[in-house]
Amino acid sequence: MTLDKEHLEYPQRHYGMDHERYDWSLLSERKPVSWPGEKKLALWINVGLQFFPLNQKGEPFAVPGGMTMPYPDFRHYSLRDYGNRVGIYRLLKAFDQNNIRASFAFNTELAERAPYLLDKIATRGDEILCHGWNMDSLHYGGMDQRDESELVERSVTRLRELSGQAVRGWLSPARNESEQTPELLAANGVEYFCDWVNDDMPFEFRTDNGPLVAMPLSNELEDRFVLMNNFHSEQSWLEQVCDAADFLLAEAKSGNSARILALNIHPWLMGQPHRIGTLEKALAYLSHLDGVWSAHAGEIYDCWRKQQD
Amino acid sequence: MKADPGFYDYWPYEDRPKIEWPNGARIAFWVAPNIEFYELNPPANPYRKAWPQPYPATQGYSIRDYGNRVGHMRQMEVLERYGVRGSVSLSTALCDHHPELIALCAERDWEFFSHGIYNTRYTYGMSEAQERDMIRDAMESIHKHTGQQCAGYLAPALSHSELTLDLFAEVGTELFGDNGGFYTCDLFHDDQPTPIRLRSDKRFVSIPYSLEMNDTIAYVVNRVEPRRYGQMLKDNFDRLYAEGEQSGTVMCIPTHNYQVSCPHRMKAFEEALEYITGHSDVWVTTGREIAQHFIANHYDESLQDIAARGARA
Repeated sequence: MTLDKEHLEYPQRHYGMDHERYDWSLLSERKPVSWPGEKKLALWINVGLQFFPLNQKGEPFAVPGGMTMPYPDFRHYSLRDYGNRVGIYRLLKAFDQNNIRASFAFNTELAERAPYLLDKIATRGDEILCHGWNMDSLHYGGMDQRDESELVERSVTRLRELSGQAVRGWLSPARNESEQTPELLAANGVEYFCDWVNDDMPFEFRTDNGPLVAMPLSNELEDRFVLMNNFHSEQSWLEQVCDAADFLLAEAKSGNSARILALNIHPWLMGQPHRIGTLEKALAYLSHLDGVWSAHAGEIYDCWRKQQD
Repeated sequence: MKADPGFYDYWPYEDRPKIEWPNGARIAFWVAPNIEFYELNPPANPYRKAWPQPYPATQGYSIRDYGNRVGHMRQMEVLERYGVRGSVSLSTALCDHHPELIALCAERDWEFFSHGIYNTRYTYGMSEAQERDMIRDAMESIHKHTGQQCAGYLAPALSHSELTLDLFAEVGTELFGDNGGFYTCDLFHDDQPTPIRLRSDKRFVSIPYSLEMNDTIAYVVNRVEPRRYGQMLKDNFDRLYAEGEQSGTVMCIPTHNYQVSCPHRMKAFEEALEYITGHSDVWVTTGREIAQHFIANHYDESLQDIAARGARA
């Protein structure tokens, strides 16, 4: 038994990362960042607004939260749709009650299918990010490059037309990418994306079409990850959010750099009657902490960007 | 393939010769931070996939990089606060990629032991010569970058061959004599150190490393809630501390800077550390020191007891 010799060769074994996408850097050694009004913790709530097609292809995998039953899987189709019809309006009320600003990552196909919802968000003045075309249009290694190029352009351009917003941010469905997704995003005028969660602060990311910035939209605290992947209780999600906020705020106060708490949530999960109260408790806790700045993703990005040069 | 790896004989937990830790401590407590490097695009091992998605596996790679960029400093600071020197389970390519982390640990007199070169290079399918080369490369890297003579092993991503422990011990002897390659964290059969039988007859021990207390096993495999993990650590300690009055026990918390150091998990970890180190009869130590103490003071009597108890009346 012997492996090919490449298994004992290490061509990337050198200083820094094993790729050219971004530089190695310790968060603790970076130039300090501050938020407006001497706030120490930026609170970035991102709501995923998603369309899960009934005729899911599952290429190259069935997306988490997608159809799991033989066609036609009415139960998962309709349960996800519930979020866009019912759950989201509970979320919006909860944000307003706690003076919290949220960003909304739309699958562009949902923006086409639910103009009322799109207008509602746009009229509130809340930021809209592009979340790809739909939850079954994945970006993945090995996909046809022309198909992906068309997919990114259609998703971004159409969402700009429909929303009237610049749409500067991107979140890939299932945070999955191909080798060229960052290039395509940069080519389509996207400024920041949320797929590479390597940090608690934004960091610069190289593409062949100019720079992007990776925004730290935590996966570990996401409602889907905690409740559906880890099977934790709602009470535990609340504790984890509060513990994270306390920790990051203390770290920001004891060090010299502000921090970001990013919560990615979904109306088909947190908008359920038995969960909305948990979200309300989390928002009430966060909004009463001393030193929290509730902001859109773009506002946090702009504020960080200005302090980099 | 074997039904039994042949490393040790049956040895009942009750009525063993008493293990005495320094200063009359009941329990040897150590923390083993895994500092790992996962490659974004490793060669595909024929027996185990590194990533679930086709290249680039953004999600899995990102959170592991988060550990090194963000998590390490947090864990190091909290361990320092409670007087714990880490015993680092090291992907030794990290000496090249992130020497800053190595320097920070070395300044604090932390131990480095081998966790292979990359955590995306598996032992599966290697010839004996290839595995020996990989083990030697990793031990030499630690020596070159830290001056330490690597004493312990945890196979990369817990990928083993039948010869892994033999090769590690033998390469350790070739490089450093009896000062290198004398303990393993790869076996989970006991709460006390135990002698391991190797083809070289080297005095070699298994040191309890605890999969159950491993943050990645708890958080990723068993999907434990953070505060429950903190309670599990305290409960594990309480029982081992109580039993340590009879004969010294070992508690290990194996950690990963991308799990335990996430903002929503630090509180539970810190509370457990505060609780454990707040007890009087705790030897807060390292893997190497536990292994050395056992080999110097308890190895021979353990072998005698194992032999005596294996014999039928």
